Amino acid sequence: MKRYSPNWELFLCRMRMFYREPEAIFWTYGFPVLLTIGLGVAFRTKPPDKVQVAIEGARVLSDIRRTLEDDPAFQTFVGSAAQCEAWIRKGEAAVAIVYGEGIEYHADPTRPEAALARLKVDEAIQRAAGRSDAVGIKSVEVTARGARYIDFLIPGLVGMNLMGGGLWGIGFVTVDMRIRKLLKRLVATPMRKRDFFLSLIGSRMVFTVPEMLLLLLTGWMLFRVAIEGSWLAIAVVAGVGALSFAGLGLFLASRARKIETISGLMNAVMLPMWIFSGIFFSSKRFPDVLQPFIQALPLTQLNNALRAVITDGASLASQGVPLLILAAYGLVSFVLALRYFRWT
Amino acid sequence: MSNATQAVVCRDLRKRYVTRGQAPVDALVGLELTAESGECLGLLGPNGAGKTTTIEILEGLLEPTSGEVEVLGMRWGVDDEALRQRIGISLQETRLADKLTVAETLRLFRSFYHRGNDPMETLDVVQLAEKRHARLDTLSGGQKQRLAVACALVGEPELLFLDEPTTGLDPQSRRDVWDIVRRHKERGRTTLLTTHYMDEAERLCDRVAVVDRGKVIAVGSPAELIQRIGGEHVIDFAVQNSHGPVPGVEAFGDLPSVRDCRLDSDGFRLTVGAPHECIPALVARLSVHRLELTRLTTRHVSLEDVFVNLTGRRLTAEELADKGP
Ligand SMILES: Nc1ncnc2c1ncn2[C@@H]1O[C@H](COP(=O)(O)OP(=O)(O)OP(=O)(O)O)[C@@H](O)[C@H]1O
Ligand SMILES: [Mg+2]
Repeated sequence: MKRYSPNWELFLCRMRMFYREPEAIFWTYGFPVLLTIGLGVAFRTKPPDKVQVAIEGARVLSDIRRTLEDDPAFQTFVGSAAQCEAWIRKGEAAVAIVYGEGIEYHADPTRPEAALARLKVDEAIQRAAGRSDAVGIKSVEVTARGARYIDFLIPGLVGMNLMGGGLWGIGFVTVDMRIRKLLKRLVATPMRKRDFFLSLIGSRMVFTVPEMLLLLLTGWMLFRVAIEGSWLAIAVVAGVGALSFAGLGLFLASRARKIETISGLMNAVMLPMWIFSGIFFSSKRFPDVLQPFIQALPLTQLNNALRAVITDGASLASQGVPLLILAAYGLVSFVLALRYFRWT
Repeated sequence: MSNATQAVVCRDLRKRYVTRGQAPVDALVGLELTAESGECLGLLGPNGAGKTTTIEILEGLLEPTSGEVEVLGMRWGVDDEALRQRIGISLQETRLADKLTVAETLRLFRSFYHRGNDPMETLDVVQLAEKRHARLDTLSGGQKQRLAVACALVGEPELLFLDEPTTGLDPQSRRDVWDIVRRHKERGRTTLLTTHYMDEAERLCDRVAVVDRGKVIAVGSPAELIQRIGGEHVIDFAVQNSHGPVPGVEAFGDLPSVRDCRLDSDGFRLTVGAPHECIPALVARLSVHRLELTRLTTRHVSLEDVFVNLTGRRLTAEELADKGP
């Protein structure tokens, strides 16, 4: 006789229910990628702005003009003295070079960029004329890898997604099955409850794999967000995070009988983490008194661990504490969920 | 005290629903029921009578407030795993997963049972074979209902519980479900079903338990129940009088073989033992009163008459009881 595996059938059905729901696909995979692209574009690091210089088109100034035009740090406008004055007034140029009683710099001292622009222009002109430094100092440009906003953002978004996916993907689906009385119908069969929970959480773990890869690949391909840590470390951190939030989702859904109830619970749980757990900005910005609370949030721990392994290339062993905290959240909520789960 | 010839026994079953902020509801007040092994027992009763409550207690989905329940000689809370393997269930209302196909759903249910039927064969039985690749959200109500029955059957249960399996089905689909139940019965297996349809109870069930207000008020084969109200035929007729008033029921109560005479919505209803004696006498009586016959039909007493009779009588009895000490 043919053998049937309830575990496998439950898992398969859960997978099918997910991938045949276009909205679920969009919110799990499409939306986070769009969000990443949008934020990445909005906060991309721009090269330093050029200094805008107006130059009177006088023959005596032609050497200076050539010097500045050849220097990529400057954008030059050439016109009459009156035009130069107008550009300064309108803020279209930060400094103007005109020939009055000799070479003159004209600038509006109330504009913050004017002083810097004047210094830069003067430096370039004097250096071209042969001035040398009294003290030789080398200037080194530092743009650290992983220091851009997008580098900060991507691990945060991965964490946010693991949270949303776990809570919605488990909690919402469970309550929906309860409303349909599908849970009641299932518990009326000899199905083992353990198999049911395992399939729910197992399928959720499978959904996280493409989710993670998509986000990390989008970050890398569009914004060159480097992945410093090992894939194993990333997978373990993400896996423990996903389990933790799956447990939390199951716990929140263990009693709810209405979609409104579960939505409210989810939002109440997620809102503090959206704000405090360092998705879009560092949680260090909050005052010290709040830090114990903030550090106790599972998403804070997940985001810290993700940033450590993705951005800093930290080893898995160094992330023991956050992983333990996450595992504890998952385990405790899972046990509570089993205890209080309502099938009917 | 387990008795293999009785598939279901409940004694003095009581269920009180307690909802916060609301008066408690006594859904069952001392319900007694026995289903013999191999029979098809129907629970018949008006809305809110307690049929679903009873069947869900028997299915181990609800805890009774008090009373004894024995299913297949076993008890809930002790032999749950074994019981679940041996019973099949269709709830009054379940929406299975919309995005799964018929075959996938049935396979899933099949996987929970140690032994059972091949899902494809079960689909043949409920005549859904050509719909096996259809998603559930594309099925009609009747097809969903048949799938629910298939899910109940796929574990090859000894005892089948069907809560209103044919409500909302067209006549042909109802007959299809009846065939499924009959086939189950032919294999010597037990069925407990609830219904609102008299004809269904009459044709399908070996015995019928009439449930009203949380109690079984009558139980027996349809024929027995019908016999119990006396008389086997019903004569429905209406008259008109162009010359004066229409007489009351007392004008016909003394006709030969009449057991019961009542005013119906637009005429008279006589329950009689021998229509061939009654009808000629009725016609003679009408001409004496110079009444014109506008309608006359005769039929066998049906379960519906029993039902109306029983629940009607009980209502008055209870009202009397309420007024008593
Ligand atoms: N969960 C509940 N909470 C409170 N009262 C309930 C609950 N379920 C049922 N009842 C009440 O118990 C009584 C019996 O309900 P039940 O569902 O058993 O009736 P039924 O005979 O199946 O009716 P129907 O033919 O309409 O399906 C009704 O008065 C109903 O209002
Ligand atoms: Mg009911």
